Amino acid sequence: MSNLTATQHLEIIREKNRPTVNDYIPAIFNHFVEFHGDRHFGDDAAIMAGIATLNSTPVTVIAQVKGRNLDENKKSNFSMPHPEGYRKALRLAYQAEKFHRPVICFVDTPGAFCGVDAEKRGQGEAIAKNIAEFMTLKTPVISVVLGEGGSGGALALAVCDELAMLEHALYSVISPRGFASILWKDPSREKEAADLMKITADDLYSFGVCDKIIPEPVGGAHTDPAQTAENISEYLISAVERLSKLDIPTLLDNRYKKFRKIGVFSE
Amino acid sequence: MLEDLFKMVKDRFNDEKEEQSQAKAPEIPKDLLFKCPRCQSVFYMDEFEKRKKTCPTCNYHARLSAKERLDITADKDSFKPFDENMTSLNPISFPDYEKKIKGMQEATGLNDAVVTGECTIRGYRAVIGIMDSNFMMASMGSVVGEKITRAFEYATEHKLPVILFTASGGARMQEGIISLMQMAKTSGAVKRHSDAGGLYITVLTDPTTGGVTASFASLGDIILAEPKVLVGFAGRRVIQDTIKQKLPDDFQTAEFLLESGFVDAIADRRSMRKTLSNILRLHNYKKIGANWQHG
Repeated sequence: MSNLTATQHLEIIREKNRPTVNDYIPAIFNHFVEFHGDRHFGDDAAIMAGIATLNSTPVTVIAQVKGRNLDENKKSNFSMPHPEGYRKALRLAYQAEKFHRPVICFVDTPGAFCGVDAEKRGQGEAIAKNIAEFMTLKTPVISVVLGEGGSGGALALAVCDELAMLEHALYSVISPRGFASILWKDPSREKEAADLMKITADDLYSFGVCDKIIPEPVGGAHTDPAQTAENISEYLISAVERLSKLDIPTLLDNRYKKFRKIGVFSE
Repeated sequence: MLEDLFKMVKDRFNDEKEEQSQAKAPEIPKDLLFKCPRCQSVFYMDEFEKRKKTCPTCNYHARLSAKERLDITADKDSFKPFDENMTSLNPISFPDYEKKIKGMQEATGLNDAVVTGECTIRGYRAVIGIMDSNFMMASMGSVVGEKITRAFEYATEHKLPVILFTASGGARMQEGIISLMQMAKTSGAVKRHSDAGGLYITVLTDPTTGGVTASFASLGDIILAEPKVLVGFAGRRVIQDTIKQKLPDDFQTAEFLLESGFVDAIADRRSMRKTLSNILRLHNYKKIGANWQHG
């Protein structure tokens, strides 16, 4: 149980040396081969995908790419995917299903991109389709939130059997700035929003949304990227082993129920 | 960054509104005339009502309450509601959320933003869901998510088609992450209904946006849209200020979606019953009675 406020977590994940998938993939996996394109429109650098081995088991890796500097961020559009990014993810998820490979998704996005082309090419449809199709994908799916998990753009890679969050990661219906802007018409109240929204790993664990909190080194992942990668790796190996033991109908039934039970109402 | 722009645009928009309200000095009684938000033409309310709230000039299909929609869609006295008493709690202890809900309930006579149930349409049985934008812009929280999920589960169990009239501002922020999860919950239920061979018809109505567009609204086997309605993922003004260009007037309209390939057809409200019952007939659903009435 961490004693930090959401604002303090936010400061840690915005640390400019915070590791990204570009650091984690080589540290966690072997033999990574990147595959490009959605086979319909193009290739979206905001989502990196491919196959690799995790502790000698072949897996499919799908990851949102946060840049470490301005050049990388320009290339990956600040980790805000377009529809073709989500469609690439789905194409590789189907492939994983065909070849019986577990799917590992890394979530790290402020949200799906908002723009004219994204709308024209069906941003809403792309996200909706991923959510529905991942729900019945006949292979284990594990998602790990590395930094920021924002909105439907994050959920499109987070319909899974187990959702893990790094200790300081946040996962929310909208970014705290967006929340403050819409509800109070004042984005400068971002910190107040963050603390109000209940978006920390502990909060999400208590809601049953997050299944596992992966510890970070004291001070945050950037203080020891290798140790953080090892912690993620250890979790992933155990999760793949655990989920691979289930027969597919049980796996899918559990996945459906994981989301089915979330909701707070009276009647 | 994006949010700053968003605020700027909002402020500007509000200024505009003020200017407008100052300009039109003689106040028009609200219930006498209707001004079309699309083509700005003004016409008598009774003419507008007679046309089922569509614009005589541009055919924009205005927003309806769930009750109005049900009245023009379902056969008379055929509707049996589901989960009428379900109401929101306050999962993230959002300040004054209970008060807001209570106020909305009193103002609209609804418990939350969607009405679900079973009905017949020209004699064909269907599960129906109607979102009502008068209730917190039909944002999706636990109640909307649960009622839609249950409607699909009921339809799967009873081998019934589902027809949803969607409208929404998106996920309900006051319920935090719980509202985001409703996108997964509803989409999962849609997928199960689909895998079991069930037919799902989406009718996109004004406005369908955000998390609802990015979940069940985009998952229909057949997706219809009413003329000139707004449908999109992101807000128009957010996009407009990001790209610093004026967007074409038809951006994110039903017609724009049709052209982009995301809608099967534009469907006129005045023949909606016919359109829907015809589609049901073509999927081999059987009529359960010839004595249906409407009106």
